[in-house]
Amino acid sequence: MGATGSTTRSAALPGLLPELEVIRKDFPILERTLAGGMPLVYLDSANTSQKPQVVIDTMVDHLERHNANIARAMHQLGAESTEAFEAARDRVAAFIGAPDRDEVIFTKNASEALNLVANTLAWAGERQVREGDQVVITEMEHHSNIVPWQLLTQRTGATLRWFGLTDDGRLDLSNIDELIDDRTKVVSVTWVSNMLGTINPIAEIARRAHAVGAIMVVDAAQAAPQLPIDLQAMAEDERPDLIAFTGHKVVGPTGIGVLWGRRAVLDALPPFLGGGEMIETVRMEASTYAGIPHKFEAGTPPIVEAIGLGAAVDYLGHVGMESVHAHEQAITGYALEGLQTVKGLTVLGPLDAAARGGAIAFQLDGVHPHDISQVLDSRGVAVRAGHHCAKPAHARFGVQSSTRMSSYLYTEPREIDALVEALEYTRSYFKLA
Amino acid sequence: MSTTDASALDALYQEIILDHYKLPHGKGLREPHGAEVHHVNPTCGDEVTLRVQLDGERITDVSYDAVGCSISQASASVLYDLVVGKTVDEAMDIHGEFLALMQGKGTVEPDEDVLEDAIAFAGVAKFPARVKCALLSWMAWKDATAQVIGAHDRAADGGN
Repeated sequence: MGATGSTTRSAALPGLLPELEVIRKDFPILERTLAGGMPLVYLDSANTSQKPQVVIDTMVDHLERHNANIARAMHQLGAESTEAFEAARDRVAAFIGAPDRDEVIFTKNASEALNLVANTLAWAGERQVREGDQVVITEMEHHSNIVPWQLLTQRTGATLRWFGLTDDGRLDLSNIDELIDDRTKVVSVTWVSNMLGTINPIAEIARRAHAVGAIMVVDAAQAAPQLPIDLQAMAEDERPDLIAFTGHKVVGPTGIGVLWGRRAVLDALPPFLGGGEMIETVRMEASTYAGIPHKFEAGTPPIVEAIGLGAAVDYLGHVGMESVHAHEQAITGYALEGLQTVKGLTVLGPLDAAARGGAIAFQLDGVHPHDISQVLDSRGVAVRAGHHCAKPAHARFGVQSSTRMSSYLYTEPREIDALVEALEYTRSYFKLA
Repeated sequence: MSTTDASALDALYQEIILDHYKLPHGKGLREPHGAEVHHVNPTCGDEVTLRVQLDGERITDVSYDAVGCSISQASASVLYDLVVGKTVDEAMDIHGEFLALMQGKGTVEPDEDVLEDAIAFAGVAKFPARVKCALLSWMAWKDATAQVIGAHDRAADGGN
């Protein structure tokens, strides 16, 4: 196994989590071997992260011992379940430094959180987007931060405008004052690109959005896993109004996501889904609605998933997001160096590890990304190939698809070595000169 | 059998497939054509633009422009070899055989007399994620052919 081949290159990598071996033991799946006895080299964490034992155990324990519906069952189990669910909300609030725990709304995923915002902004209310208004997004968005805004602007007659990208994969902010103007009602930007890895200057964009009275929405699906987020510590005019992220990328389960929003903004939006638990009172002629967060949580929520997410962000909090970020940067820097030793390989996005997150998309001359990932998989190396739900960003760089490796707090340098070696094997397999 | 060890990888990437990938037959968009379609695989982004030209029942040309992986590119090349010169009925039978092979999860024994180079795709059937790559141009061809026939039928109806 080549993964142990070049450990000397990585021997003294500053920034790595000091207890990496212990952390790896928290993630049982990392012990797995694949076909042919190959150890798993999981480099697809930007797609979904693996789960530590504490998340698995917390969810099993809840199902085994405390399961009941929340907020309506008048029995002991109901009280326990409600308490665990609301404690999870507290933990998520602490994880992002939310000024108010009631500003944390549980959704199904980040897509649903963004769709909640884009839909309710189309409906009657003080923030309603109308014909002639503008919504500004960027060319590096995930489809989940493009399509909801296309739907919104098509439905309302508003105009969708886009920040372009520079050749090195950063947002081109040279026309920010022209792009975000008095007609702009919403600016929605990814914090960290899932394809290019770029970390965007959210504070600067938020200042401009707020200067023209627009709402600043941030897709934090890739940022929440790897950047320390402290909303409370951000300056008032630099703090986003709404942020969305998903549970399964922050070592939590699938089926649970988060929308955080400033109370004033959430209060101004009309309800999204109608149903149980989101009401104050229901009469045949009309209903009145609960306050946040319940106003946006109609129906029985994904209870055990929320509780699992609470355990997940607690786990990350114990490790420390500053340390996770430093680890990601160390691994990313190491990966950028290693990848560039492969002949014919081009990295898409910034080459400076400090300016980017832990997802690295690349091209290898002469081999299609599907074929790369297939050969890597035969060596136990799991990466993603395709357009990564970011087709406009791929089009911007003149490529149809790419291969993407993405690391996380459990990634070791020797796994990057295994990737590089498997890429060399891919080149020889396809007989590239 | 596992689908990801080295022997399965060799079964997937047969020399015939890699040869067609490197030197595809019939690639490029040509005139004349009776119909043109554009098909995409939304999960991975592979795309093909494909044209079909018929002379009565006979397929006189299939021309295409495609971007995608080795499997999807080689499959378009093999399709070209297999259907050009055949009648639509003969080609539909070959299409049916190829579809059965691809959807057979590795249990279907391919008939070399019918499928010729396409038997090399037998290994693809064991990789569920790649079956769509192999079928992309075949589905596009079927769609385009149906459109040419439909246009003829409409023209014939109009003449009555």
